[in-house]
Amino acid sequence: MTTAVLLQAFWLVFDPYVLLVILCSAMFGLFVGCIPGLSATMATALLVPITFFMPPVPAIAAIVTATAMAIFSGDIPGALLRIPGTPASAAYTDEAYQMTLKGQAEIALGAGLVFSAIGGLFGTIVMVLFSPGLAEIALKFSSFEYFWLVVLGLAGAVFIGNTSVLKACISLLLGLLIACIGLENPAGMLRFTFGMKELMSGVELIPMMVGMFAVSELLRYITNLDPPPMIATEKIGNIFAGMWGLLKKYPWALFRGSVLGTIIGIQPGSGADMASWLSYAMSKKFSKEPEKFGTGHVEGIVESGAANNSSLAGAWIPAIVFGIPGDSITAIAIGVLYLKNMNPGPMIFINNPENIYAIFLVFILANIIMVPLGWLTVKIATKILRVQRNILMPIILLFCIVGSFSINNSVWGVFLILFFGVVSFIFEENGFPVAPAILGVVLGTMMEENFVTSMIKSDGDPLVFFTRPIAMWLAISTIIILLWPVGTWAYDRIKNGPAPEPSQ
Amino acid sequence: MKFNDTLSGLALLALSLLILLTVRTYPDIPGQNIGPGAFPGLLAWLLALCSVLLILKGLKTKKHEEWVIIGGWMKSWFHLRNFLITVGCLSFYIFASDYLGFLICGVLVLSVMFAALEVRAKWILPIAIIVTFVVHTIFYKGLRVPLPWGLLMPIQW
Repeated sequence: MTTAVLLQAFWLVFDPYVLLVILCSAMFGLFVGCIPGLSATMATALLVPITFFMPPVPAIAAIVTATAMAIFSGDIPGALLRIPGTPASAAYTDEAYQMTLKGQAEIALGAGLVFSAIGGLFGTIVMVLFSPGLAEIALKFSSFEYFWLVVLGLAGAVFIGNTSVLKACISLLLGLLIACIGLENPAGMLRFTFGMKELMSGVELIPMMVGMFAVSELLRYITNLDPPPMIATEKIGNIFAGMWGLLKKYPWALFRGSVLGTIIGIQPGSGADMASWLSYAMSKKFSKEPEKFGTGHVEGIVESGAANNSSLAGAWIPAIVFGIPGDSITAIAIGVLYLKNMNPGPMIFINNPENIYAIFLVFILANIIMVPLGWLTVKIATKILRVQRNILMPIILLFCIVGSFSINNSVWGVFLILFFGVVSFIFEENGFPVAPAILGVVLGTMMEENFVTSMIKSDGDPLVFFTRPIAMWLAISTIIILLWPVGTWAYDRIKNGPAPEPSQ
Repeated sequence: MKFNDTLSGLALLALSLLILLTVRTYPDIPGQNIGPGAFPGLLAWLLALCSVLLILKGLKTKKHEEWVIIGGWMKSWFHLRNFLITVGCLSFYIFASDYLGFLICGVLVLSVMFAALEVRAKWILPIAIIVTFVVHTIFYKGLRVPLPWGLLMPIQW
């Protein structure tokens, strides 16, 4: 049976239309990632209105490919301009730039490309091996377990890697409240619509994401006071020279980065950015020559370049098995899956296994074509970096307008991108992170449904949430995550005495 | 523009109280202990709690901070103007696109934005027109999105 399914998936992916979509979105992702100020999340948000018109497999293929490419190509301006193209490259931007100054731009970019691809393939293999098994376990889950899974995912989004947990919490609650708008609730009652018929079916996800991740980034570009810096080098030689040597020299760094990246990806709420920061730090800790870090040493790039790409695949594991996104990119992708009536969750492995295998194949394919296409991008990078951003940005704005209009063929979508664009711009100016809000919106309906069902089943007794064995373990892990920051704060306090006055 | 956390907290507290007042009017479901107001009500309580914490935190930092800090970009007329123009362009599209149509609005929005971002004058109109037509062809012909024709209805193709 499996071979039949695999064959079916193979046909789904190796269809000329799907291959063309993969190629185009790869080039799109490489371009967007290469331009500082346009992130991988923005690439996804801009793609979503177009995927709206595609069948499920090419739609997901477009998102998977574009994000994988954008995460690699964020390394390019990092190495050449010392500005990371995407936040996921920020951890080793200085290192790569130092290498460029030493005349080793080829090695920095080559390591970024080759080890990104290997890391991505590693994450994919883990996903292929583990998600069917996890799905079988997930089939036994009831509303209690699902409730805790959602809470666990949201807790991860809030408590891991945010500078202000309180503000992340507020952002999350606002997202959950937005999800309450409309008819879509267990009681089927109209809530918070203010008499507007546009709000009856809730706030549309796609315009909201375009507003939060594309329009707000445009506004940030427009209000940015720093002029773009100069390109550090003009000549880039053969980026593949010496890669085999690096592979033999740093196999453990590569393995550690890939494993850590995948794990961080699986953990809901933390994605490629954190994977690359943590594995860069880990690389320095385990390195035989830590004193060389920061002076243009390739080891950290090998490890965290692999980590940020492997985390992309890792983030898809909870997304397809449970329907719980691992980061804001998979949150957007899950929104697309719902629109395509391909609801993620364990049932998808039984009802549409060919679609799941198709996603696996797309991941493998994307990481393989990354190597030649990435090479090409590096070749023309100095030209891409000279693209006039004052021409590009208005064009992106027009795309946002048309894309959001096309969801319902009404200007209501354009209103939504304006509203959410300005609101998230102000939020970020005030230090409120936006990613928890989008996770809240995506998971809000699921959380309420499981909460209400569980409460009805238990006759209003909240203790039942802790009595089923798996539910109890999930509850314990959630509570550990919730208490983690309190614990570290207390530990610091005991070790270093009272915290100093905040100096902002 | 950065508000002191006390102000943000007060605004959020007001929002959560409004939500709590609204959910109180939601009816119960007979025979069930949990109605449509329960979940948003729970969220609003949590939001209120977070707002109070934020207010307290804001009051602590208030000693070294103004109520509202005007960011660098708001002091620079060029950046402030461009921010307003961008928001204005989107609002203009929302209100005018039905009447003027996509092609006219698209060219206008692009031209104004190009001019604001100091694209060379002789390039503004040609690029604006070409891009608008390309986008129109992709979405109207390719993806069959019914972009409005507006004033150009008589010559639609």
